[in-house]
Amino acid sequence: MKMSTKRRINTIVSEIILIFVSFIVMMPVILAITMSLQTPTEVFSFPPKLFPSSFYLGNFPEALKTVNMGRLLLNSTIVAVMITLGKMFTGVFAGYAFANFRFRFKGILFAILFATLFLPAETVMILPLFLIMKKFGWINTYWALTIPFMASATNTFLMRQHLLTIPKDLEDAARIDGAGPMVYLWKILIPLSLPMLAGMSLVNFVYAWNMYLWPLIATMSDEMKTVQIGVKMLIDAESANNWGVIMAGTLIALAPTLVLFFAVQNLFVKSLVRAGIKG
Amino acid sequence: MARKLTPYFLLIPAFLIIGLFIYWPAVYSFNLSFHRETPFGTRMIYVGLKNFKRLFSSQVYTDSVKVTIAYVTLSVTITVILSLFLAMLLNQKIPAVRLYRTFIFAPYAISPAIAGTLWTFLLNPVVGHVNYFLMKTFGIQVEWLTTKPYAFYAVVFATVWKMMPFDIIFYLAGLQSIPDELLESARIDGASLWKRITKIIVPLLSPITFYLVIMNTITTMFAAFAIIDVMTKGGPANSTTTMIYRLYLDAFAFQRTGKAAAESVILFLIMAVITIFYFRLVEKRVHYQ
Repeated sequence: MKMSTKRRINTIVSEIILIFVSFIVMMPVILAITMSLQTPTEVFSFPPKLFPSSFYLGNFPEALKTVNMGRLLLNSTIVAVMITLGKMFTGVFAGYAFANFRFRFKGILFAILFATLFLPAETVMILPLFLIMKKFGWINTYWALTIPFMASATNTFLMRQHLLTIPKDLEDAARIDGAGPMVYLWKILIPLSLPMLAGMSLVNFVYAWNMYLWPLIATMSDEMKTVQIGVKMLIDAESANNWGVIMAGTLIALAPTLVLFFAVQNLFVKSLVRAGIKG
Repeated sequence: MARKLTPYFLLIPAFLIIGLFIYWPAVYSFNLSFHRETPFGTRMIYVGLKNFKRLFSSQVYTDSVKVTIAYVTLSVTITVILSLFLAMLLNQKIPAVRLYRTFIFAPYAISPAIAGTLWTFLLNPVVGHVNYFLMKTFGIQVEWLTTKPYAFYAVVFATVWKMMPFDIIFYLAGLQSIPDELLESARIDGASLWKRITKIIVPLLSPITFYLVIMNTITTMFAAFAIIDVMTKGGPANSTTTMIYRLYLDAFAFQRTGKAAAESVILFLIMAVITIFYFRLVEKRVHYQ
């Protein structure tokens, strides 16, 4: 009896704290939605509103027009898809090499790749990378925004760990049937790895979509910028600080990854944890 | 024969990219850091360690180091502690717990730049709700993003908000792997909740805590650039200018290539130390298992 009361109190307290925390965490997004639905006069009304009184949708086309959000969304999509595909491609190949083959210098090559685990080139290396991109003539192109980030130690490691769990007999059987190493990879290993590859690409996509510092310096013209930079351009462009328009733009920039995350949250969580707990 | 060469072919794409875009830039920045541009910026002259000496004797740079240490320590500590607490709450079998998880995880999918924008809006002295709420309930009005030391706290707050879901996800996974019987038997033996947390849960989760501290340190040192750039642009009076922000200013606003290269090298060395430290500990753990 005493125990169950104690447990009930514990549940109630936990619920209250969690409702409160959920509210605080979601508040910026909720209030951004509220703000984005207000007319220019309502935006500056005092006190600030918690709920929009009108369902004004004009801020969205305004945001799309002010900084050409459509183009920026397209750029972000191109960049994020290219980086994701590149990372998957290099990661699958390198992971396959390290998991299924024996070759000279394997240990050293593995160490060289692994040393880059905590070296985010898009931040630590911005200056030398910028100068190299200039030499290549890649500044202000999609190449500069994507190619330098198409390899990752994490993807390689995950692929390797996953392939090590697939029984060796399968490979021997495939070889007896006359399948070469590439056929075996394409026909057998990749189909067996699809759920893991899907989770990996989701994490890669969000990472690439959210990049900020590198696109900020590697692009010069407005039509090459990504949506992350667009949000800041919007703040600067709205000299009168019409927060309704700024928040509309922010929601446009935030929607793709947030919707994706809500839709397949479990896959995200699983992949993140798998990527983190190494060894 | 073909089979012998296959692994090397498979490794070419990955190594081409890390070679060209990680190792080459690293070597390049070391080389640049020993040089200085001539007054007209036409060529570089060798100056040895002068760039480093000048950096450490410049107040502006040492201030950015101090800001970084304060910002990283404060944000990471708060995030880790809060996340562990929330993960324990979210690990219970109570009504609607899945819904709370979904909400509390959401900022994971929100970029640092957008996190910065959202909090800039909420902390805005005219249209922001936070200020209105504080004025109504406590009668205080603060210019969050333009006065010292509030701008620093505002940035820390936005950072914690953005970083927390990542940590909670990991702690939750860790908590779920602790057998219920272990905690249950400790409870029957009369261990208080506090004892169970400090003597069982925290030690068992220490590998995760270690990993999270490293990941959070990297996030706050580098990815949080976007939060700072959107919210405060390093101000007021450099009070939110971290080392990466300083590097950005010196390299791209002031075009001081030699100096900025020296700053890159320092950041690179910090990352190298963190990486070595990480692998040492992981190795040890693997040996013990």
